[in-house]
Amino acid sequence: MTDSRIEGWGRTSVVGQELSFDNLEQSPPVLFRGLGRSYGDSSLPPSANPVVVNTTRANRMLAFDSATGTLRAEAGLSLLDLHRTLLPRGWFVPVTPGTQFVTLGGAVAADVHGKNHHVDGCFGSHVRRLKMRVADGRVVECGPDLERELFLATVGGMGLTGQILEVEFPMVRIPTPWIWQESERVGDIDEYIEKLKESSAKFPMTVGWIDCLTPGKHMGRGILMKGRWAHSHEAPSKFPSEPPNLRFPIEAPEWLLNPLSIKAFNFGFYWKHLQKKREGIVDPFSYFWPLDFVKDWNRMYGRRGFTQYQCVLPNEAGPGAARRFLEVLTKRGGASFLCVIKDCGAESPAFLSFPKPGISVALDIAIRNDTQSLIDDLNEHVLKEGGRIYLAKDTFTRPEHFRAMEEKRLPKFLAAREKWDPQHRFRSAQSVRLFGDAP
Amino acid sequence: MKRVAILGATRGMGRSLARRFVERGDFVAVLGRGEDEVKRSVADLEARGVPGTRVIGVACDLEKPESFKPALEEVEQRLDGLDTVVVTAGAFATQEQLERDPSLAAKVLTLDFANTVLFCEEARKKLLMRGGGTLCAFSSVAGDRGRSPIIMYGAAKAGLSAYLEGLDHKYRKEGLVTVCVKPGFVRTGMTEGLKAPPFAGEPEAVADVVIAGIDDGTPVVYAPPIWRAVMTAIKAMPRFVMRRVKF
Repeated sequence: MTDSRIEGWGRTSVVGQELSFDNLEQSPPVLFRGLGRSYGDSSLPPSANPVVVNTTRANRMLAFDSATGTLRAEAGLSLLDLHRTLLPRGWFVPVTPGTQFVTLGGAVAADVHGKNHHVDGCFGSHVRRLKMRVADGRVVECGPDLERELFLATVGGMGLTGQILEVEFPMVRIPTPWIWQESERVGDIDEYIEKLKESSAKFPMTVGWIDCLTPGKHMGRGILMKGRWAHSHEAPSKFPSEPPNLRFPIEAPEWLLNPLSIKAFNFGFYWKHLQKKREGIVDPFSYFWPLDFVKDWNRMYGRRGFTQYQCVLPNEAGPGAARRFLEVLTKRGGASFLCVIKDCGAESPAFLSFPKPGISVALDIAIRNDTQSLIDDLNEHVLKEGGRIYLAKDTFTRPEHFRAMEEKRLPKFLAAREKWDPQHRFRSAQSVRLFGDAP
Repeated sequence: MKRVAILGATRGMGRSLARRFVERGDFVAVLGRGEDEVKRSVADLEARGVPGTRVIGVACDLEKPESFKPALEEVEQRLDGLDTVVVTAGAFATQEQLERDPSLAAKVLTLDFANTVLFCEEARKKLLMRGGGTLCAFSSVAGDRGRSPIIMYGAAKAGLSAYLEGLDHKYRKEGLVTVCVKPGFVRTGMTEGLKAPPFAGEPEAVADVVIAGIDDGTPVVYAPPIWRAVMTAIKAMPRFVMRRVKF
């Protein structure tokens, strides 16, 4: 088999082999990879042994209880496939990230979160059982009440503890497949954070976008979006149709995203929301997964690609944490196309799960010559605030920053990994970079 | 509602087709080898099927012609009838592998031609006895013309296509509709590790085209449909050109 370029969503890549199997138990003991939507190098194999196993052919549902919603399925099943079957019957995943192009195994490995984090936590908090194949070849079941250490290391463990074969969790009953959304234009970052917290007390789903280019008085102005599932009396009776698919046609030239075009986009996005407040019914596709309609949208960032920087600024950092972060960012010229801010709820017991109570900030950054130093600056700031970064997005964080951010939790994870995979068979380009694994 | 038996429903194209059938309420019999594989696919189809759909698993192995007749009889009995039989099972190897390994060549030629025909014969008899039905088998665009990268696999599929065409000529008036599917390159387990050519299809999209062909009784279905034009062009090429080109 010939080598090919294996890419993360931000287009960082390793040349190697991506193998597929119908029966995942026949695969070699190497890192699993699902739909490759993690932005950085977490789904890429280490460069000296560049082999990963793609799980997406293992996509069968194994049991669905239509009374309780409990689903057991092979780890390569995507949320897209799952919702195409079960959304019309009134079921939804307990937690969805911003894309449906994620497999169940990937959702567990990254312990993904969504607009409902402040209420429902991460995906892994809903998982009852995982069937895994571990380094010595044994197939084991684990869950919150069974082989708990393996389970807590695997949820959010980026595939480094073993191969996730099957996932069991409850789907959630929804009153209608439509969303009642209220959105609001907010003048600056402090007001935004205040309103976000207020909204989260009232709504099960909140998220928002802010302009991270404008400095000064209007720094961090943005649009705050709140939502809940619509009741049957307010929603259309028909099933919402999926919007048509577009494809980003070419690899964009690097000059397309420049300070001026990014500024124009941010200005347009803000003022498109002309009224101060808006409310109404929206379809779930554009509400939860707005970018899924544009296939290959990562081509917008050109050949060098982009990175997403996502951190959480904890409540302990005190008021003004978001403003302080934006000050560091705007001093460096902003550089982000989109900045998504959301409040996080309780921390999961999973050893490396990303969110903790506070404010999550996510930035898309086109890769330029100074990207490493920008990420270093942001990480040093986040470290001072007591925050941490999200591994599923990361490409540039230095190991010393990562270790400092995870000082308390990392030993627990490493101990579990030592126990279940002492030879580090399951390692990624990211674990080589951050955990010091052999390449 | 149709009662459909699919040999090869546990994976690849067969899996995608079976899902389409149960999603619209057809009853499906999963014919395959490996008890656990069949059971998992039955569970998948039961979860995906609209309420009231019936799905059963029946052991049947393309490598064992003696399993064909009992399997189809079991389907007929357990689903109270049989309307459509689909064969997606088969074997694939590259020309280099087949040239190197005569026992692999024997296996591919036997499965893709002889055993597939034998299975179709059992299906033909069963469906004709019931007064008719649809027999759909997966051949390949590789059988449309002798081509240097796929000589033996193409020859087996050419034989299968010829068989299916003959069957259609002889039995359509008696109610047996034969559908010969000629997939172009589809990204499944069978094509794992091969470089995808232009117009490569995804199994879900190809499944839609095939289902439409089965519903309409189209004798030859190219999937994705663009391959009809591609193959027309390739078939029209003079030999001296074919000798020089790499496909």
